[in-house]
Formats: sequence, C-alpha cells, structure tokens
Amino acid sequence: MRETILDILEEICEDSVVRRELDLDLFAADLMDSLGFAELLVSIEDQLGIVIAPSEVEREDVSTPNKILALVESRS
Amino acid sequence: MSLSFFSGLPFFLCLTAVLALAFLLGILEKPLRWYSLAATLFFVAAIFWQTPIQFFYLVSFCALELILLKGYLSLRKLYGRRERCYCGALLVSLLPLLLSKCGEVSTVSFFSFLGVSYLTFKSLQMVIEIYDGVITEFSAVEFVGFLLFFPSLSSGPIDRSRRFHQDWSKTCSRSEYLQLCGDGLWKLLLGLVYKLVLASAFYRAVEFFGESSAWYAIPGYAYAYGFYMFFDFAGYSLMAVGASYFLGVRTPDNFRAPFISRDIKEFWDRWHITLSHWFRDFLFSRFIMKCSRKKWFKTRLQRACAGFLVNMTVMGMWHGLTPSYLIYGIYHGLLLAAAEGFQKKSKFYKKYKNTRWYQVLSWFLTLQLVMFGFLIFSGKFWELICG
Repeated sequence: MRETILDILEEICEDSVVRRELDLDLFAADLMDSLGFAELLVSIEDQLGIVIAPSEVEREDVSTPNKILALVESRS
Repeated sequence: MSLSFFSGLPFFLCLTAVLALAFLLGILEKPLRWYSLAATLFFVAAIFWQTPIQFFYLVSFCALELILLKGYLSLRKLYGRRERCYCGALLVSLLPLLLSKCGEVSTVSFFSFLGVSYLTFKSLQMVIEIYDGVITEFSAVEFVGFLLFFPSLSSGPIDRSRRFHQDWSKTCSRSEYLQLCGDGLWKLLLGLVYKLVLASAFYRAVEFFGESSAWYAIPGYAYAYGFYMFFDFAGYSLMAVGASYFLGVRTPDNFRAPFISRDIKEFWDRWHITLSHWFRDFLFSRFIMKCSRKKWFKTRLQRACAGFLVNMTVMGMWHGLTPSYLIYGIYHGLLLAAAEGFQKKSKFYKKYKNTRWYQVLSWFLTLQLVMFGFLIFSGKFWELICG
C-alpha cells in the first residue's frame, strides 16, 4: 500500500522527490495544491478503496508524504 | 429603538451586557453553550421581530433544514451513499436560497431574510458531510445554536459544524478562557476602528471619486471602493470573531492582509477566507474529482481551468443575480485559470518566481487586477459600459 500511495503522489506532483523527502511540505514547495489534492483523493479511493472527503482533513494534516501515508494507513 | 447586527449604539450596549455576563460565567469555568444559545435567541428575537415576515421565514428555514438534515441522516444510515437521495437533499436545502434569489430578478419572492445566504452554507455543508459519512450524528439543539449563532448570523464568517461542535462541547479552563477573551477584545476593538473610522473615511473617498469627472476618477473610485469594502467587511468579521471568542467559540478568521497577495490564488486565500475555502472544499474539489473520475477534459490544466470558472461563476451568482456580480465571478474565474496556466506551463515563471523583482512586479499586477475586480463588483463598471 505504501508503494501505491507513493506512486500516486509521484504522478500527481510530477516529481520523484516525494519518494525521497518524506517530510517535505508539498503545499509550500508548490508540488501540491487544491487541484492535486482532489486528484489524490480520487486515486486513493479508486486504487485502494479508501474514501476520504475533501472537507474532512485540514491542509496541515496532509501537507507531507509521511502525513498522507499515516492518514491513509490509519483508514485501512 | 431599532436594533441591527454590529451597528448603532443600542446593539453595542446589548452586546456589552451579553458579553460581560458571558465573561463572568467563563472565568467561573462554567460551560457557555446554553448561555450562548440564549443570547442567540435573544438577539434573533430582538432584531427580527421588527420585521415579522423575515422572522417567519427565518423560523421556517430553521425548521425545514432541521427536518431535512435529520431525515437525510436516517436515509443515509439505512441506504448508504445514494446519488439520487443526495441530490434531492441538496436541492431541498438550497431551495429557500433559490427562492430568495428569484426575488432579485422577479416579483415572486420567498425566504428573503437577513442571513439566508450565509445560513444556507451552514446547512448545505452538513448535507454534504452526511453524504460523505463524516457527520454520523448531531443534536437538534446544537444545530440551532450553530445555525443561528448570532455573531455570524447575518454576514459570516462561515463556520463548520464539526469545528463548532468542538467548542460547543468543551469548557475552557480559566487561563485558556482569559487568553481567548484577550484576543477577542483586541479583535472587537480593531474591528470597530476598521468599520467606524477607516471604512467611513474610505466611503467619503468613494463618494468624492464617484462625483468627480477627472481622468483619475475611475482608478481612484476602484481603489477607494476596494479599501472601503475591505475595512467594512473585515471590520465586521473581526467584531463577529471577537464576540464569538467571549462565548467560547473560535469562529475562523475571514481576512489575512489580502492586499499583500503576490498572485490571484494567494488573494483568494486571504480575502473572505471562510467563503473561498467553503467553495474550495464543497464545490471546486468535488467538481475536479467528478471530472477526474468521468475523464471529462483531456488535460489536468483544462480540468483546473474549468473548475476555477465554474467555482467563481457560482460565487458571483451567490453574491446576487445582477450583471455586475456575474461579470465579477467570471472575471475572477478567468484570472485564476490564467494564473494556473501561467504557473504550470511558463518556463519564465519557473525561472524567475523566487527573484525579488518578479515578486514585486507580480504583487503590483495582482493589486491592479484585484482593484479592477472591485470596480466591477461596485456596479460602476457596468454603469460605464452601459453609458
């Protein structure tokens, strides 16, 4: 599952840095925005069957690859 | 004696008394929820009884939304996520607002009462979060306390029910409450200065430029109107947030120095924040998710641009069904789409975005675009076009 999430992230952010720097702030680094975030939620639902609503999480709770991994893992 | 929210001496006298009593309860570490509900009912009664028809609409609105939310929640629990059921609930929840909007363009008007557009946001988000499965239960009394919460009833900021619930169900310790009231008092006083001093001063400027026919009258009008709008609305929001704090409710802030924004996306993260974040979470994101699932549009960029246009056009319509508001919405939609295209595709942007001169230039351009937006919003632009 970890790999799947990192694949999704790499595709959305269009940068492999998300695999190496797991504590990088994606919003601050311009790698993620509202658009990318919405696409991330769709991919997580389609590929892993885990539903997360856009209004459910605050931006600070999903700002780094590690936080996203932790969130999705806590839901599975 | 006539009362209205956050204006006139009678209101502020009542507010002072209500908040002083809240302060007493707060420092004694008593829960404030029942008190805040009573204060809300007092203000609603005192302000709305002056216009009985509005009072009637407000009560009907409240009852309708409460029945709808309770009913939809049971259906959602029984049958799960059903699109048709969800769309029906969305429509019913929106119906009062749609009917009141019809009143703007025709003689038929129902549900036109102070705050209808802000209250609709609060209940609509609950329908959506029930569908999402994020809200699985809620108390009817708390819902009334949330929906009608008097500081933000007429013009926001737009709070979220789950965030409100945290404050509603919690009693602050004395030191925490004192800290909160300190911040609240500062916001209340700053808001008063914004609204009574600065907004009034800029209003004079708006009048001055409105009557002038000099070459600088139109840009002057746009700037004066922009600053007037900011101080008037940010002042109101600050007072609403400040008053909430005394009642133990951390209503979110609505403005964060919008005129220092370096691009138009940043502007919408700093201007009328609770509204733009509401649209982001409940319209833009969902539109993008739908497009991405149904494979509408070929590229991500096209999808994003369509999302911005839809989002801002709806926001314009929400402000009112007049040409000026519609153009305002479309204008900002186009600006956001253009900014998105530029930032994603331009090599020039990627190369220079972190340099000082680029940022200053970008700030300056953004400010001009924003001020032109206010010229549209004010109605002056439409007047000029129509001659």
